[in-house]
Order: sequence, then C-alpha cells, then structure tokens
Amino acid sequence: MLDNNKQPVIGLFVTCLADLYRPEVVFASIKLLEAAGCRVEVPQGQTCCGQPAFNTGDFSNTADIARLTITALEGYEYVVGPSGSCIGMLHHYPELFQPEDPWHARAQALKARAFEITSFLVDVLQFSNIKSQFKGQVTYHDSCSGLRELGIKQQPRALLAQIEGVELTEMEESETCCGFGGTFCVKYADISNRMVGNKTENVAKTGASTLLGGDLGCLLNMAGKLQREGKDVQVRHIVEVLADELSYPALGESAYHLGKSL
Amino acid sequence: MQITSPQFKENARIALTDVGLQKALGNVKNGFPQKRANAVKRLPEFDQLRDQGRDLKNHIIANLDIYLEEFEANVIKNGGHVHWCRTSEDARQTILKICQDKGAKTVTKGKSMVTEEINLNEYLEANGITPVETDLGEYILQLRGEHPSHIIAPAIHLNLEDVSETFHAHHHKPKSMDPAVLMQEAREELRARFVAADVGITGANFLVAETGSSIIVTNEGNGDLTQTLPKTHIVVTSIEKVVPTLEDMTLFLRLLARSATGQEFTVYNTLSTGPKRPEDQDGPEDYHVVLVDNGRSDMVGGELQEMLRCIRCAACMNHCPVYGSIGGHSYGWVYPGPMGSVLTPQMIGIEKAALLPNASTFCGKCESVCPVHIPLPKLMRHWRKNEFERHLTPKAARWGIKTWAFFAKRPTLYRLLSQTSNRMLRLLGGKKGRIHKLPVVSGWTDHREMPAPSSKTFMQQWNEKQKAGH
Repeated sequence: MLDNNKQPVIGLFVTCLADLYRPEVVFASIKLLEAAGCRVEVPQGQTCCGQPAFNTGDFSNTADIARLTITALEGYEYVVGPSGSCIGMLHHYPELFQPEDPWHARAQALKARAFEITSFLVDVLQFSNIKSQFKGQVTYHDSCSGLRELGIKQQPRALLAQIEGVELTEMEESETCCGFGGTFCVKYADISNRMVGNKTENVAKTGASTLLGGDLGCLLNMAGKLQREGKDVQVRHIVEVLADELSYPALGESAYHLGKSL
Repeated sequence: MQITSPQFKENARIALTDVGLQKALGNVKNGFPQKRANAVKRLPEFDQLRDQGRDLKNHIIANLDIYLEEFEANVIKNGGHVHWCRTSEDARQTILKICQDKGAKTVTKGKSMVTEEINLNEYLEANGITPVETDLGEYILQLRGEHPSHIIAPAIHLNLEDVSETFHAHHHKPKSMDPAVLMQEAREELRARFVAADVGITGANFLVAETGSSIIVTNEGNGDLTQTLPKTHIVVTSIEKVVPTLEDMTLFLRLLARSATGQEFTVYNTLSTGPKRPEDQDGPEDYHVVLVDNGRSDMVGGELQEMLRCIRCAACMNHCPVYGSIGGHSYGWVYPGPMGSVLTPQMIGIEKAALLPNASTFCGKCESVCPVHIPLPKLMRHWRKNEFERHLTPKAARWGIKTWAFFAKRPTLYRLLSQTSNRMLRLLGGKKGRIHKLPVVSGWTDHREMPAPSSKTFMQQWNEKQKAGH
C-alpha cells in the first residue's frame, strides 16, 4: 500500500492501439488512477514500445525506440499502461543492451516501475473502491503477454468482483492465444483465423453478452471475428467497465444508433 | 526425407482444411495437456524439479566434452564401441558399415527421432538392408510411407479408420475397427521380425556417463525386444543426451514422463550397459553407440545454447495453438512445433526454414510448460533477428517495419501518422463503425471485420483538453 500522504505521480504509457483505436480506454485508465489517488501525466515524448520491430527481428530500430521511450518515461514514480503486451515489451528492454551499457541500468529502472493497469491497481495500490453501474454477464480473455510475462490473472478478476452487476462466466481455454500475435495475424492469416475461430466459439459457449480483456490487439481481433460470424457479443477493454465509461459503443459497434456523430 | 519447410504456408493451408487431420488434432488438444496438468498437480515439487533440470542441463552443456569422454571410456570398459559422427552422412556410413560387417539383411528399429534426422531408413534401403520400425506408430507410418508428425506420438495425425485401412491393405486380414484386434495384428506381424532381425537400432533418451549406459523409455516394450534379441545393438543418439549419473537420469525421467504423456513414469525404462556378459542369459553380442553431432556442438556457447537442454518431451507442441491447428507435417521436416522452429533452421539452414520461427504469436505457452525452461519464444526471435540481418525477411515486411520505425522514432511525426490513420479508418468505418474489406490488410479482413476507431486519437483529444485548460 502506498503512503497515504503522498500522491504518486504516474507517467501514463498510452499505447498505440489505444491512442489510435480506442481513446476511451486511456481516459478510463486516467479516471481509475485518479480515483485511486494518483496524479496522472501524459509524457509527450512517447510513441510505441517498439514491439513490432522487436518481433520482426529488427533489434537496431527496437533499441532506438527503447532509448526514446526510456527517456520519455524517466522521472515518473510509476509508468502505467492499459496493455499487458506493451508493458511486457518495456520489461524486455534490458535484453536489448549489454550489461555494461548505461542504457541497461536505465532499462532495468523502467522495468521495475512499469505496470499494466489492473496489476498496478491491485498489486501496488491495493485499490478496492471500484464504482461501476455496469450490469451483465461477462467472460474474460487472458491475453498471453500479460498472463505469462507479467503474471496477470487474478487482478482483473479481483477488480471485476467489486462490481455488483458483473456476473463472470469463465470460458474454456481462456489462457489460449486468440491468434492475434501482432503481424502474425496478417502474415499467417489462415492459422490466425483458425485460432480466433476457436476463441470466439469458446466465448459464445459461455452465453456472456460481453467479452472483456486487457489488450486491445486481442480485443480488436476477437471483436472483428465475432462480428464477422454474426455473434452478438459486445467487446470492451476491462477498464471501460471498471471506470464505468460505457456511454459510447463497444469495439466495432456503430455510434449512430446511440445518436452520436463521428 | 523431402524438406517442405519453404512451403510452410501452403502446407498449413491444406492442413487446415483436412477433415481427418483436424479430427486427429482434436485428440492432441484434448488429451496430452490435460494429462500433463493432472500429473503436475499430483507432484507439488514439480516446478522445483524443473528448476533443477534446467540447472543440471546447463552444467552438463558447460562440461559436455568431459561427460561424453567419461561416457565413452565406460562404454569401452564394458566392451562396447563408441562412434563420433560430426554429420548425418558420417552417421549413416558408420551405421551401414556396422550392419554390413555383420552381413545384416534386416534391422529392427525402436523409435528414434535422430534416425529420422539423419534419414537412416532410406539410406539403409538404398543399400539393400530392410529397416523395420517396431514402435506401433512408426510401424503404421512405415507401411504408409509417411514420416512422424510428432516426436513422441508419431502417428498422432491419423485416425482409427486410417490405421484400419492401412492394416487391411498390408496384412491381408479382414478389416477391423477394434483397436485391440489391430494391435494384435501388429504384434503378430512384428514378432517374426524381432526374431529374424540381424541388428537392432534404438535411440537413447539419455546416456549415463558414470556407467556407460544408454536408456530408452517406451510404453510398448518394443524397444526391449529391439535391443536384446538381435546379435548387434546400435544406439543412435545425439551428444546432448548425456547425463553425469544414474541419479541425474532419474530426475529427467520424472520430468520427461509427466511432461510428455502425464504419466508418473513411462512403462518400460530400459538401460543397456555394453554387450552381453558371460553370466547374462540374453542380450546383444555387440553394442555400439553412434554419437551424432549434426550442428549441436556449434550451438554450445552461442545464442541457441539453451535449446540443447531439450529432453524431447513434446510438451511444447502439445500445448502450441499453432501446432494444434496445422499438425506436425506442415513444418516440413523432422522436428515440428516450437522446438522444431528453433532446431530446424540450425539443421537444414535458415534459408529453407525461414518461415518457421515466424509462425508463432509468441504466446509463450510452450515456454510455460517446458520441463527445462527453454525460452522458446526468445530463441525463435533470435532466428527472426538473424533473418532480418541477412535480408531473408520478405522485402515488404522489411520495408514496412523500417518505414514504421522511422516514424516511431519521431514523436511529432508519429502523432501525425496516428491522426491520419485514425481519420482514414473512421471514414472507412462510416456509420457501421467497422470496415468489412481493406485490401492492404486483406489477411485481416478476409476473415474478420476491422473495428474502426471510436473517436479522434487520444493524444489529439488530450492535448486539445490541455490547451483548453481542463
């Protein structure tokens, strides 16, 4: 638990997909962090964590992007982002530099301060004051990087359990990859399609009306597949439900029927 | 065997529509992982054993020469022979020579992936010697002219109907769909072969340095008959299988059985220590160990060194959602799944195997179940790096990532790129809020809708708010 007299200052790591596709996820994250007593700043020097280059094998560009990100996020007590995958990438940064390189120590320092949001709320802040009017049956997909690189499993469930209206039905194979995998889903489209098809089948079997998760890559993938299959399941990032930011449509849904304009 | 790894994508596409294969793959997914999980649950110290296994393997690899020489000295002391083979060709010639010196006509074989790796069967056949596979799965595949699709369950890609038809065609007996009847048929066919064989060839799961023993584990007992009945026993295995002591071996046996099949112990664990002694009732008169390197010693001290810890349990492929979707033959060579995607480029060359290390979402499930903690995603990423540096990455992907990185290194430009993309995607999404078809990412929209952004980029909105003084 944090010292109550001290307001922690958070450097928010926005993440590309949230910035581009789902700004509401970032606003919801800020709302949650502020409700938990933090001061949130948005470092302007940040871009992407560099994972696309890292996983393509372009280590030189990855290291350049890492140096940029490390610099942008220095000086904040904590760095928090709404993605296990992107925060997991920040945790890979020390691998990019030789131990004697000064950047190695700076990468280590960032790794020690960087948290995915549900993990930060539960593991660091021990926050237990979630207030949300959300009502409905949900199921939760455990995104791979968060689950296996950062140990995120119980944290999102602990937070959802604080919402009276949430009924969580676990799907089969919630820990199996949805087939997104960054550029994998385009490079190996047929295999990815099979994997996401398995996933949407397991989602549909739960009967849940809402699918939640902590990573937009996976969520966009599953939302797109559910819609193509005509399965009536709404897909949202977990922070939208936790922060009660539900006034706009779910992923890939039309804003028009809600009477909103672009 | 013919290498089809360069056609990985085409192989996968065909596999995904193969009804029989898909049915068989359902058995992998629903079988092995659950059995492993149950076995792990029953052994609370399993994770500690994994740590021990990793540490011990690291120690062995750091002292590989010492333990191999100790092993060799003890084999010789027991009256056996050790043959050091740098390449597959060396190994094939060595084995052929031993067989020819014995005037061998037929050779029985226990299950061995190293003999697949060195393409032994075709070589023996070309030289007038008939190899007979005695592992049930391998036997079925040999009748069908196929290769294993899995390293511990070679015929896992087949269904009962396939086996029934194959046996009917080769055994000339009434067609049966009863596994017990089919098993009995195979047994009867193989008994005569076991007795007639001049040489028995097995692999080895481990080599024990302190005693000069080799051990094989099987659930069928075929390995025992292969190595005790013929006058000559040849063990064909690779150099990283050596362990210092019998006690060390038992650590790996505990890890192996649980990780592979979820058994606490494999049914037959058979040690071979040299040829038959005067007081022994049975056993071979000659005992040879063919130690295959085939690129492994080049891995020592390099970035792939950790792969040498592999004990060939197959847990990585049993849990891999990519393997589970396409099966082992799609990978196009001997070793499939995550371990194969690391090993195959080392053995057949990254040029031919370039697609394999990329065929992973890096979901990390393989690493999470590996009994010796091999960081398989990291090692696959090593190959991607190697491909990128050697310009083997497809041009479009290479150009794409470099262009993207140019922007990602310049925050102001990156914001502009995000804003432009955001606006375009919203326009394309229109009233529906999603995009049905987008040719530049057809890999995505062929199979799914693409959700459109819900509003202007976060950075745009945030900075507007800051300016407005909120």
